[in-house]
Amino acid sequence: MFGKLTLDAIPYHEPIVMGTLAAVLLGGLATLIIVTRMRAWGYLWSEWFTSVDHKKIGVMYIIVALVMLLRGFADAIMMRLQQAMASADSAGYLPPHHYDQVFTAHGVIMIFFVAMPLITGLMNLVVPLQIGARDVAYPFLNSLSFWLFVSGIVLVMVSLFIGDFAATGWLAYPPLSGLEYSPTVGVDYYIWALQLSGLGTTLSGINFIVTIMKMRTPGMTLMKMPVFSWTALITNILIVAAFPVLTVTLALLTADRYLDMHFFTNTLGGNPMMYVNLIWIWGHPEVYILVLPCFGAYSEIVATFSKKPLFGYTSMVYATAAIGVLSFLVWLHHFFTMGSGANVNAFFGIMTMIISVPTGVKLFNWLFTMYRGRVEMSVPMLWTIGFMITFVVGGVTGVLMAVPAADFVLHNSLFLIAHFHNVIIGGVVFGCMAAINYWFPKAFGFRLNERWGKASFWCWLVGFYLAFIPLYILGLKGMTRRMNHYANPEWQPYLVVALVGAVVIAMGIFFTVLQFYVSVRDRKKLTDPSGDPWGGRTLEWSISSPAPFYNFALLPQVRELDQFWEDKQNGVAYVQPAKYEDIHMPRNTGVGVVMGAFGAALGFALVWHIWWLAGVGLLGMIGAFIARAYDRDVDYWVPAAEVERIERSRHAQLQQFQTTQVAPVAAPSRQKVA
Amino acid sequence: MHALFSRLRYAGVGAAVFLSGCNMEVLNPKGDIGADEKSLILIALGLMAVVAIPVIAMTLWFAWRYRSTNKQATYAPTWSHSTKIEVVVWTIPAIIVAILAVITWRTSHTLDPYKPLASDAKPVTIQVVALDWKWLFVYPDYGVATVNEVAFPTDVPVNFQITSDSVMNAFFIPQLGSQIYAMAGMETKLHLIAREPGTYAGLSSNYSGEGFSDMHFQAIATSADGFKDWIAKAKATQAALNDDTYKALSAPSMKVPVAYYGSVAPDLFTHVINKYMNDMSHGDMPMPAHESADAKAAGDMPMQMDSHEGGEAMSSPVTPVKAEK
Repeated sequence: MFGKLTLDAIPYHEPIVMGTLAAVLLGGLATLIIVTRMRAWGYLWSEWFTSVDHKKIGVMYIIVALVMLLRGFADAIMMRLQQAMASADSAGYLPPHHYDQVFTAHGVIMIFFVAMPLITGLMNLVVPLQIGARDVAYPFLNSLSFWLFVSGIVLVMVSLFIGDFAATGWLAYPPLSGLEYSPTVGVDYYIWALQLSGLGTTLSGINFIVTIMKMRTPGMTLMKMPVFSWTALITNILIVAAFPVLTVTLALLTADRYLDMHFFTNTLGGNPMMYVNLIWIWGHPEVYILVLPCFGAYSEIVATFSKKPLFGYTSMVYATAAIGVLSFLVWLHHFFTMGSGANVNAFFGIMTMIISVPTGVKLFNWLFTMYRGRVEMSVPMLWTIGFMITFVVGGVTGVLMAVPAADFVLHNSLFLIAHFHNVIIGGVVFGCMAAINYWFPKAFGFRLNERWGKASFWCWLVGFYLAFIPLYILGLKGMTRRMNHYANPEWQPYLVVALVGAVVIAMGIFFTVLQFYVSVRDRKKLTDPSGDPWGGRTLEWSISSPAPFYNFALLPQVRELDQFWEDKQNGVAYVQPAKYEDIHMPRNTGVGVVMGAFGAALGFALVWHIWWLAGVGLLGMIGAFIARAYDRDVDYWVPAAEVERIERSRHAQLQQFQTTQVAPVAAPSRQKVA
Repeated sequence: MHALFSRLRYAGVGAAVFLSGCNMEVLNPKGDIGADEKSLILIALGLMAVVAIPVIAMTLWFAWRYRSTNKQATYAPTWSHSTKIEVVVWTIPAIIVAILAVITWRTSHTLDPYKPLASDAKPVTIQVVALDWKWLFVYPDYGVATVNEVAFPTDVPVNFQITSDSVMNAFFIPQLGSQIYAMAGMETKLHLIAREPGTYAGLSSNYSGEGFSDMHFQAIATSADGFKDWIAKAKATQAALNDDTYKALSAPSMKVPVAYYGSVAPDLFTHVINKYMNDMSHGDMPMPAHESADAKAAGDMPMQMDSHEGGEAMSSPVTPVKAEK
């Protein structure tokens, strides 16, 4: 009836896990009670969960990502504390069995369930607005992607309390992740969580490629498309090219574990090296999938806050495309030490270095965008400058490890750990924080508090260096990754400093939470009546904040890159059209939620070999999809009169703002340059 | 060119000194391979500093100079293109990468872990087996074996032949240089030489499960006499490494103390590799006769991770070992 699942699967004897469980249950219960008492279920269901509005889906992605950031960061603090303690004879407080799951979960969560949803959320929120579209190409698919991603998260979170999680490292190399060496359900949770969310990611990728290729507003040729949308396009092409590789690789591992096959086993002709190759053929493009949209966000931010067009737009686009292509030709640099031979190693090393050329060009382009600008030190700009400096360091250490013979002494050491945190925190996290601060008003109609935003930035920046410079040094001292304890007491002081760094980052996270709280509280004061709080250049700033659900009353005509900026220069930015039209919009649907729920049941059932439930989950997913296919009521028309009413009030508000300028905090220097 | 490199090296040293304050093992090598890798790291860092430092400086300088409150600074609100600048920013990184690429190509060959080291001294061969969770070292020329301690004479090339009888590990002695993966059913190679006597930390640098953190060993580089004594000490040990004792040893165990075996079953290392290969014909999935004949015909070399030959050769069954399930 319950497959392998028995009551023993709940780790009663682990006080840390049980404490967390209690906290999660209490927190969950409190949330349920609050939502129920506020009678908000209907609102959440009809306005958010079933929404196919790309902006709301984007916001949900980002909220979930930030919640998961707390989980992933809790893992990080636990690891830093363990390593700060477990010197010489001390065993620390986490036994290997638990610690190994913690570092695996940390990597999996941070990449798949924090960084990916942040990126996907930002693309959802911004891309259709930037290209002058009313939604993505397949709004229902978008909702489905989100709920499949949520079902993956559910599995990861459940693994904490029922059974265990993989203790294999975040890429689950076989043979360690095979049944012989990992007989528990941990790796199965890993597999099904990634398969579900990976399916969602692939669908998103297809969705965004079609959206960007087919739904740009009239006149917006590809070379007049804002850079963020360009980076989103390349990223989604990478997603569509790379994620199927992950899906297949995990499917082969699944075949080994469930069907007694031998793709990656030591025995019977299996070859673990094949897995390592395959997983990195996905894995290396993955890091560019994460960082390219952040590069796009930095490009928008640096142009906006320097009050200048982006320097070298064309070379920025080509650099992005070049990075996209090259990202598929470097995977072997993750395992130079496998003994592939000098020619192969040298080829992949050199390809890796070549990527640093377009990446370096991007940095120079941002620099020359600032050059002869009027650089406004707002929160998004601070993150950008922090990124530019930090990313250079990460790039240098990355290119260093791209030299195979240098990598022979640095591979798998803490130097490597410091390097990729350097580029992922410095590039992706900083970029997402910058982007959230930048586009928040467009989603919610008010700006985020600057003061706590700055506090958060400084904590992250200082905390990052405190946490990771010691790891660089420890790598040079010969300390490898994933150690539960160590015999060399010389390492301890560095690890204590790293722990302090992690605590400073924790303060940064706390200040971000505080920033949200304070901003919501002061939302009247921080309101964005113009829809253009920063003196923006691209189309999303031409409409109200928050954006109306149909985005654009009339599709804008584009003749220039930075069309909105040109319109402002020519005084035609806010001209009211003579006549409005009916707008065709997709209708909300709960099918995504239902399919996600069946998906979570399917994943859970497969983890525990509960075959009847797996059947229910699979048939439920398919059935819901078929039912959706027969649903003819998937869209509706917004009458022109309704559009006119909304737009009239928007223009009235705009006029009041422009004539009186009574906003408590004036929009920064938009007027100065106009 | 050489003068340039030595200058770059000093730049790299400067960066390293800035970072350190204490002993960094990887930058304090005790053998040729490690020494070459250290100077390679410093040269590469120095080269990259040529771009990296100006970029960091320019970032800070531009951000300060063109801050919005500084009305003195020139403001060019529509300037967004300069062919000159574009040419420079594509060319300079490209040149640096080109130089680095040449260095990479050369060092990938000279420091290839598979490349035997040129020396007048006769090399010592050490066979390394990564087990859950300890290291077994077999000296085929001396008929001894040790656990979690390895010794070799200084100034003599050491040929490590490495495999795993479990999951993937990586064999690494940071102060001597390169590491290489240890994988079951395969042999990887590593060639190192120590120039200074001493006891150096060795470890697995690839996570291999629960006992991974204690999977370290001592690497003793000693004089020729010291090595002879060490071998004699091992030889004098009663314990023998045969099928039974190996089976006991290879069972998962943690924090395993140093142990010596005065005698070793011949071809133990080859058996360890081949037992994964033999499964092909002796496992519980019987194969058609002609296929196992092909496997036999495919070659007599043990399967090696040796891409210099352009691929892997199937091993010939040496002793049929029953597949363990």
